[in-house]
Amino acid sequence: MAKNETKTKSVLMQGNEAIARGALAAGVNFFAGYPITPSTEIAEICSVEMPKMGRKFIQMEDEISSMAAIVGASLAGAKSMTATSGPGFSLMAEGMGYAKMVEAPCVVVNVMRGGPSTGLPTKPSQADIMQARWGTHGDAPSITLYPNSVMESYELAIRAVNLAEKYRTCVTLLSDEVLGHMRERIEIPNLKTIKVVDRVKPTIPPEWYKHYPENPKYPMPLASFGEGYRFHVTGLAHDAKGFPTNKASETAVMMERLRNKIRHNIDDIIQIESFMMEDAKIAIFAAGITSRAAKEAVLMARKKGIRVGMLRPLTIWPFPDEAIKKYLCDKKAIIVPELNEGQLSKAMKRVMGAIWSYELRKSKNIIGLNKNNGELINPEEILKVIKEVK
Amino acid sequence: MSNIPQKQIHKYLRHDKKFPHVWCPGCSNGIVLGATIRAIAELGYEKDEVAMVSGIGCSSRMPVYVDFNTLHSLHGRAIAYATGVKFFKPEMKVVVVTGDGDATAIGGNHFIHAARRNIDITVILINNNIYGMTGGQYSPTTPDGARATTAPYGNIDRTFDICKLAIGAGATFVARTSAYHAQESKLFISKALEHKGFSLVEIVSSCPVIFGRLNKKGSPADMLKDMKDNVITEKKYNELSEDEKADKIPRGIFVEEQVPEFTATYTDLVQSLQKPKDE
Ligand SMILES: Cc1ncc(C[n+]2csc(CCOP(=O)(O)OP(=O)(O)O)c2C)c(N)n1
Ligand code: SF4
Repeated sequence: MAKNETKTKSVLMQGNEAIARGALAAGVNFFAGYPITPSTEIAEICSVEMPKMGRKFIQMEDEISSMAAIVGASLAGAKSMTATSGPGFSLMAEGMGYAKMVEAPCVVVNVMRGGPSTGLPTKPSQADIMQARWGTHGDAPSITLYPNSVMESYELAIRAVNLAEKYRTCVTLLSDEVLGHMRERIEIPNLKTIKVVDRVKPTIPPEWYKHYPENPKYPMPLASFGEGYRFHVTGLAHDAKGFPTNKASETAVMMERLRNKIRHNIDDIIQIESFMMEDAKIAIFAAGITSRAAKEAVLMARKKGIRVGMLRPLTIWPFPDEAIKKYLCDKKAIIVPELNEGQLSKAMKRVMGAIWSYELRKSKNIIGLNKNNGELINPEEILKVIKEVK
Repeated sequence: MSNIPQKQIHKYLRHDKKFPHVWCPGCSNGIVLGATIRAIAELGYEKDEVAMVSGIGCSSRMPVYVDFNTLHSLHGRAIAYATGVKFFKPEMKVVVVTGDGDATAIGGNHFIHAARRNIDITVILINNNIYGMTGGQYSPTTPDGARATTAPYGNIDRTFDICKLAIGAGATFVARTSAYHAQESKLFISKALEHKGFSLVEIVSSCPVIFGRLNKKGSPADMLKDMKDNVITEKKYNELSEDEKADKIPRGIFVEEQVPEFTATYTDLVQSLQKPKDE
């Protein structure tokens, strides 16, 4: 690589802007959205940049149509994205299920704010973690990423677009009000060095083309509307050509494909960070904005000689079961701080419950530290819990 | 029927495992399918350049039968999906097939906003005055007093005049005809397809199996005859007294005007931003 290609550009950037710029760097060329705090800057930046780049930006009449438009565009060949927050994310639920069902690549950003309902528009929350997994009806797969810095917002926006393209699904990128609005210095890589997954076009004759092959290898050649492959798309259960079916055998193949695209590619999809875990007796499991306080708490505890570490999922869904088992099974206690009533800690209990014996479960602890009043959890609060379990 | 249009239709139908279709015998959805295909065939569009998008309903099952780029989307959202297709690939001819419930109840918001935006999409709205697919509940166009499974004592909910709704929202091509008027359906659809901007063709149609039975409308042929008698030209309609107008429906092209189209305006915007700035 030429020397100047590895050179990065250092800039001060807001989290939401980093998501927009990351997505554009990953090749997003269609954005449809509807304004909502605290995500609006993403749409605003796209509205400035995309027409200049010859890409498409549209403000739709609501989030339902925004979600629909990005899937329509995706089927026509676009790399598409929308951005919203809780109330809009709820409205998009049906459309996200459709995107997953018809396997149309797209990205939905949810900058989380306090809920339920209109809640706390200008305050952070992490209460949509389960919604990102189960928000749409039916057994739909979920790939959900959650950064913890402005730099990572940029990087995971790129990764979200790439995973959507590779696995033909609707990927959710979570952020939160604080992460979305804070400014940090970040290093923008040279665009040439960014790894981008582009859709591969089919080369076989249209008669042979199956939009939904039984055993796909990802990424797979994918036709778009208007290119000679006149496929059918429906949210009904469908066969390999996309035509509706009621047959149990064909439905089973479809459901298996949706499930296996995640299951068989777990290692490619999951990303975690482990911080000072080697000798740790106590572990903190935290994501997004809360993981920054957790890291701080780890350093504070270490100064006091307490052996604590942190495990952080950058991929929230699929849940990093194996990493959790590997890193956390021998810990004395696992502290799970989060801005909700225990969504990550419940997922954690499911994993650990399966490997800890009944006796171990009594002696070991998964301790939730929860807040949902719009305030962040601070390092001191986590430190206090660490001291209690020490 | 001559052989030629039949062959023409077959050229545009899918031949792999899609038939028999789901529609009841006597349903007018098939007439609209025929008119749509004939219009597209006569205009000489390539199959590859046509995208047909629908929502959910009996009428919305049309795309699966035709050999275009076809998208059977969510209930009410067809126009929003179509907006994504058209905006990303403006060179495509995008046709939406929808029902009265799909387009004006659950999808009413997308309908009026696409009309306002004047995006070049042709909406073929099959108005059978009922929710056919779910078994006959009242829709925003179920007439006053008519029976539906959820209006067992007769409908008390006021109705939309869909064409007026579209005109009010700014649609630049608005036409209505009926399934009885199959030739006119073809003509209006073809004019709508050629129109640059949002176009609506409302086709008054019949659901003999559910609406017809609930309201004792007789056979499918009787219902078509009703359309012949009651869906009259705008000129004739305007000559009637207010009382006489009550059970008649005007047909014709009500609006046809040229207004800048959304995707074209966006392309202009993109081009204006590319231009090197004068000093
Ligand atoms: C979100 C959602 N709500 C309700 C339904 C159930 N549903 C399916 S079709 C339909 C009504 C269809 O009526 P219309 O659009 O008039 O079409 P028709 O069947 O009469 O052609 C309804 C309510 C659905 N599929 N999705
Ligand atoms: S239920 Fe009515 S609208 Fe639906 S296919 Fe049968 S006749 Fe047609």
